[in-house]
Amino acid sequence: MNTSAWMEIGLFFVVLIGLVKPLGWYMARVYAGQPCGLDRAIGPIERTLYRLSGVRQDEEMTWTTYAFATLVFNALGVVVVYLLQRTQEWLPLNPQQLGAVAPDLAFNTAVSFASNTNWQAYSGESTLSYFTQMIGLTVQNFVSAATGMAVLIALIRGLTRRMTETIGNFWVDLTRSTLYILLPLSFVMAIILVSQGVVQTFSPAVEVALLESATDAEGKSVTTQTIPLGPAASQIAIKQLGTNGGGFFGVNSAHPLENSTPLSNFLQVLAILLIAAALCYTFGDLVGDPRQGWALLAAMLVIFVPMLVVCVWAEQVGNPRLSEIDIDQTSNAFQSGGNMEGKEVRFGAAASALWATATTAASNGSVNAMHDSFTPLGGLIPLWMMQLGEVIFGGVGSGLYGLIIFAILAVFIAGLMVGRTPEYLGKKIEAYEMKMASLVVLIPPMVVLGGTAIAVSLDVGRASVTNPGPHGFTQILYALSSAGNNNGSAFGGFGANTPFFNCLLGAAMLISRYWLIVPVLAIAGSLARKKYTPPSAGTLPTHTPLFVVLVAGMVLLVGALTFVPALALGPVIEHLQLTATH
Amino acid sequence: MSTRTVRPLFDWPIVKQAIWGAFYKLDPRHQLRNPVMFTVLIGSIFTTILALRATTTPGTESAAFVGGIAAWLWFTLLFANFAEAMAEGRGKAQADALRKSRQEVMACRLTSNNVRESVPSSQLKKGDIVIVKAGDLVPIDGEVIDGVASVDESAITGESAPVIRESGGDRSAVTGGTRVISDSLTIKATSSPGESFLDRMISMVEGAKRQKTPNEIALDILLAAMTIVFLLACATLVPISEYSVVLAGKGTPITLAVVVALLVCLIPTTIGGLLSAIGIAGMDRMIQANVIATSGRAVEAAGDIDVLLLDKTGTITLGNRQAVEFIPADGVTAEQLADAAQLSSLSDETPEGRSIVILAKTKYGLRGRNVEELRAKFIEFSARTRMSGVDLDGRQIRKGAVDAMENYVREQNGDFPRSLKDQVSRIANLGGTPLVVAEGKRALGVIYLKDIVKGGIRERFAQLRQMGIKTVMITGDNPLTAAAIAAEAGVDDFLAEATPEAKLALIREYQAGGRLVAMTGDGTNDSPALAQADVAVAMNSGTQAAKEAGNMVDLDSNPTKLIEIVEIGKQLLMTRGALTTFSIANDVSKYFAIIPAAFVGTYPELNRLNVMALATPSSAILSAVIFNALVIVFLIPLALRGVRYQSVGAATLLRNNLVVYGLGGFVVPFVGIKIIDLILVALHLA
Repeated sequence: MNTSAWMEIGLFFVVLIGLVKPLGWYMARVYAGQPCGLDRAIGPIERTLYRLSGVRQDEEMTWTTYAFATLVFNALGVVVVYLLQRTQEWLPLNPQQLGAVAPDLAFNTAVSFASNTNWQAYSGESTLSYFTQMIGLTVQNFVSAATGMAVLIALIRGLTRRMTETIGNFWVDLTRSTLYILLPLSFVMAIILVSQGVVQTFSPAVEVALLESATDAEGKSVTTQTIPLGPAASQIAIKQLGTNGGGFFGVNSAHPLENSTPLSNFLQVLAILLIAAALCYTFGDLVGDPRQGWALLAAMLVIFVPMLVVCVWAEQVGNPRLSEIDIDQTSNAFQSGGNMEGKEVRFGAAASALWATATTAASNGSVNAMHDSFTPLGGLIPLWMMQLGEVIFGGVGSGLYGLIIFAILAVFIAGLMVGRTPEYLGKKIEAYEMKMASLVVLIPPMVVLGGTAIAVSLDVGRASVTNPGPHGFTQILYALSSAGNNNGSAFGGFGANTPFFNCLLGAAMLISRYWLIVPVLAIAGSLARKKYTPPSAGTLPTHTPLFVVLVAGMVLLVGALTFVPALALGPVIEHLQLTATH
Repeated sequence: MSTRTVRPLFDWPIVKQAIWGAFYKLDPRHQLRNPVMFTVLIGSIFTTILALRATTTPGTESAAFVGGIAAWLWFTLLFANFAEAMAEGRGKAQADALRKSRQEVMACRLTSNNVRESVPSSQLKKGDIVIVKAGDLVPIDGEVIDGVASVDESAITGESAPVIRESGGDRSAVTGGTRVISDSLTIKATSSPGESFLDRMISMVEGAKRQKTPNEIALDILLAAMTIVFLLACATLVPISEYSVVLAGKGTPITLAVVVALLVCLIPTTIGGLLSAIGIAGMDRMIQANVIATSGRAVEAAGDIDVLLLDKTGTITLGNRQAVEFIPADGVTAEQLADAAQLSSLSDETPEGRSIVILAKTKYGLRGRNVEELRAKFIEFSARTRMSGVDLDGRQIRKGAVDAMENYVREQNGDFPRSLKDQVSRIANLGGTPLVVAEGKRALGVIYLKDIVKGGIRERFAQLRQMGIKTVMITGDNPLTAAAIAAEAGVDDFLAEATPEAKLALIREYQAGGRLVAMTGDGTNDSPALAQADVAVAMNSGTQAAKEAGNMVDLDSNPTKLIEIVEIGKQLLMTRGALTTFSIANDVSKYFAIIPAAFVGTYPELNRLNVMALATPSSAILSAVIFNALVIVFLIPLALRGVRYQSVGAATLLRNNLVVYGLGGFVVPFVGIKIIDLILVALHLA
């Protein structure tokens, strides 16, 4: 691996961690309703929105009302996106005159964008009109991210409030997340991306002459190429920042018009983790002890960094079978080296591995290389990252609320070991919280493993597999892991656009997103009702390195214990077979 | 001190009973209470059927192998049952000892028209009046309404010295089964037969009324959730392995017996099997410390205590103040003062009075004088005058509280010198009690009475502070005195001039701040505070009202016991946490044993994951199952005794326990499974 790759990864962490505090502080002020600098500009818009929609800003909700509002709002989102796809041929901004999307695919896509998954069983340029992309998908990119953030803030309120029934107002949290955080950041990001050559236009696709003519499958000579265009930059900014991941074009950020330069690549991969990381600081700030936030960020990094190292290493070493037949995979002055199958030469193996780890650590799912073509070990990392429950950074808001649930579990077991009934941030963790936390931890594996079992048992499931051997199974496992944890990345070779998988994966995305939000809000409500127990020397401190290791260990252990058998029959055996000596 | 019965961990009669109990508890209705073990039960039944099928239809799977798995799954269940039965057995043994004291006796009941009649104690009802004479057993719990008597309570407390029980005041409660040794008592029954204190105690100990405690329920939920996760991971292996066989084109799918074996190995059977034993053993440890908790919930809460309210007298100080110095006023010699002080105290039988006589003798060589010969008129202490003294040979000597004495001297136109006042406040600042001695109108000086802080108590409080527990001293003393003693004893805070209302208010204040408060009390006026406190330990010598208000009773009536109670509560929680961690950490090795073994036919390369180099697939799987069963047996002593509690900070405690039970739980099974595998191979069993 060459120096520039190391420097890029190093710079990535420096910039990411450097931005955590300022952005986290800013977001804390936004949620605390304190002046944050943009009030003069955005305040009037915010108030107008409330007036138009009849939202009373100071009205507080119980957790059930909050959950109801969240679900109703998201259900509406699903319906609107579904209808837009079904009727796009009669709607404006459809220069390619694309027809209505098939019902199963439309359902899958609607759920996918509302649930912040952005699993794409379609290819944007050949399926969706500009109107659908902008009014349907881009809007969902914003509000699905804002939903996650709102639920997180509600949970934080549960932790900080004492003996009250209410946990905030969903409409206010949703609006403020969108207006003060996501929109300004996306605006800046989109402008920079356009400056790098990412396309932003309403023009239809252009037909250009090829420099060199080619022949197609039927032997006919091809002299022109259709280059799809569209309002991409504005969608890509929020796609990365809001951990959505749904590309404007089919190949996502591997497409030159979606991710054009090394700088755009760096900014896009940074944007994947930016808000999720900064929310840790916001959390610490809001609970009145920034160390608590840093501890959770550290727990994320403790898992993320080794995973990244393994992935980069596996991709950079390349395929041993190719080395056997004297193919040069080393990094030198002429090539970045490593396993280059399915990777952009612009980015190389290391930057692709960084992206793959980041996009699956966060529940982003955008790609700049084809995960299907990664080495078994290199592909194991993104797969396992998703299976860990999308709590290592995870989705904006949803990742951190997931990790807080894991922290509650860790506190429960560790708290017992110090001889006290467990408490987190001064709130006693009791049977009700354990019940809800168990649901949060249980549902994603249930969806992933259950779905995988269904898919491998049925012929319609097996039919989508495009690889022989264990890799075929890994393709199915990857698809379910991605949908079941609201990630959205895919093994590209997998034939996902079938009625069977559109429905199965659509259901998986629905369950994993909303069946988790409800118990999380239930915990928020229950914690808000409790009184506060001030810490003493006998209280388990939750900001120490030991606790960081404990939380990370808890995440890894649950992920490992649940998925080891399945992984053993997928990427693990693939790796063993690849490296077996003959 | 009480005599404690230290029972060996494995007492043969108890073990024998527990073995039977283990089988008896296989009842599915019993197992249903515990989701983890219920899953094992289903698994055992299922594999037994598979084993039977394998014997009747040969060629499917080795009947010996499936039978082996089935047998060890049954053992897993039996071992867990045995642990629970052991814990119950130990508690029962304690209860039986108690029950012996509750023989059927004839009681002398006083009917409404004052006629005495003889009835068996089992027919007494609440509110009945009975008369108990010397030599009789007290038939029922009750309150003394008339008489004073000495009572032998050794049957329940182990304390051989008799105690005084009298009507009114704080020593009016008597317990059924104790024996009156002198005089006679008239007792009003405060409970009906079968509901007496002893009965409740016995049923608690026997576990008949054992309900799951809140934390136990929460842990149960976690364990159930983990069981479901593993159930899912294992069940989905069947279609996944079938598909893998299709993809690989060789091997056979995983068999159901192996799936069940994997499942039972993975689910937290270690903690699941020992959970109820841990709870019962916690109650049992309380009883061994001579403390009866009215619920397991109270034992659990004891571990959470943040604030201990301790009565100064008897807990922090020895209870009696002692004279340590005579400080004469100007123009008075120390001998004169000592002489007057001694004379005034000769008939004073209080410990303070006696200590004055002793000090006069040891320091000034003043021998005790014969009270009769002196023809002295002693003036008793009264609450109104707040002084006592003696009149003899025209001398009028008085000693008493400072303000009372100052009034006394001034009334006689005497002078109360400023230097004396300075001495008085100096003593008060030191935490002592100044007693002023005056003869006629002349103030002679001050006696310095000192509260003697118990040896070692300071260290004890330092330990508590490290445990994160705040100690608050409760005393009727004035704030100055209280502050000085508080400083000497090393308590964190104190409540001076405490009244029952002030105590109650203090508890409420702490609770409002989110703290859990523990206190001890014996008097009826302690009842409101006891009822308010989260952990309230009533002294057995205290009133019935106090016992009813508290959620624990200390049979030894030793206020320092509170510290031990907290430790037992913490131990209980720690044991649960430690075994849960151990149980989960175990799973890593079991995967390494079973996964390669289960799929090696389909993917031979998986054998590289067989890091323990286990001999054959079937020996690997059997070894894991056997280890999983045996580890329960090995951990029974830990479950019964509890994890040792050290009073170090929470962070250190966590680190130590994580290393022992987390890392230990990770490493031990690798070794254990390998050893079992070696044995199986050596015995040609697999």
